[in-house]
Amino acid sequence: MAQKEEAIEIEGEVVEALPNTMFRVHLDNDHEVLAHISGKMRMHYIRILPGDRVKVELSPYDLSRGRITYRFK
Amino acid sequence: MIIRKSASEIELIAAAGRILAECLTLLAEKTRPGVTTGALDRLAEEFIRGRGGVPTFKGYRGFPASICASPNDMVVHGIPGRQRVEEGDLLSLDVGVTLEGYVADSALTVAVGDVGREALRLMDVTRDSLEAAILECRPGRRLGDVSHAVQEVVEAAGFSVVRSLVGHGVGKDMHEDPQIPNYGDPGRGPRLEEGMVFAIEPMVNHGAHDVFVADDGWAIHTGDGSLSAHFEHTVAITADGPRVLTRRAGEGGR
Repeated sequence: MAQKEEAIEIEGEVVEALPNTMFRVHLDNDHEVLAHISGKMRMHYIRILPGDRVKVELSPYDLSRGRITYRFK
Repeated sequence: MIIRKSASEIELIAAAGRILAECLTLLAEKTRPGVTTGALDRLAEEFIRGRGGVPTFKGYRGFPASICASPNDMVVHGIPGRQRVEEGDLLSLDVGVTLEGYVADSALTVAVGDVGREALRLMDVTRDSLEAAILECRPGRRLGDVSHAVQEVVEAAGFSVVRSLVGHGVGKDMHEDPQIPNYGDPGRGPRLEEGMVFAIEPMVNHGAHDVFVADDGWAIHTGDGSLSAHFEHTVAITADGPRVLTRRAGEGGR
């Protein structure tokens, strides 16, 4: 039975807001990634600012880019 | 972490694999116009249990049957039931067998009657891509070599590789590390070592690679409605190279 490709989820802190709603995020594993905001968050008008703690989803095949899926309070 | 299996563990998986190979051969023979996918499922379950094995899929994460039966534009994970096989169908059958705690996983696509030249070409290319991947399963190669082998064969033929579903390690559990995508860069990924056992399963679409999940939460369809083929083998990496544990009689190959 085929397995669904699993995304890796890591938490981190937003370092910088870039044009085109992209963000530089410093992950807890010390990697820095370029991340975009997930469609669901966009839909709910959730704003992300530098300093926010967020959850980032990474594809196992490109660990330098991610999708921000959650912003912690 | 990729679990390496001892020689005796590989023999157990091989025993499960032999039952599985015979089961798939039987199912392929019985796949004729008018047969329901549910009947094929019952046949598989009876066969597997009759040989002392257990159908791995039944109850796995809630899957209700012993086989996946996926026709035409359905890629994988079709739940068998009252649907009848028809002339011209391209039916993919995926089965798992657990024997003494070890799992073997394999699949094939059956052409029912006259499916047309393009569908036959799709099947041949998918089969070839699996064989190309199997040849990379030797100590010293890297996982990316396996993935790239599939991608190269498939894309050279003008078809696309499904990306959101992957092959996987197999052993005491059906889905173990590593994830084995059907696309990738050669020379990347973990180094392959003796004792690793992989379920390599190219899923190939005639059209674009996008897929979506149906309302039943299981069946996966091609986004553009094009045909899809699926072949799978459980392969052990030995010091001498790949050992296919689910080879069917008359299939050819290593």
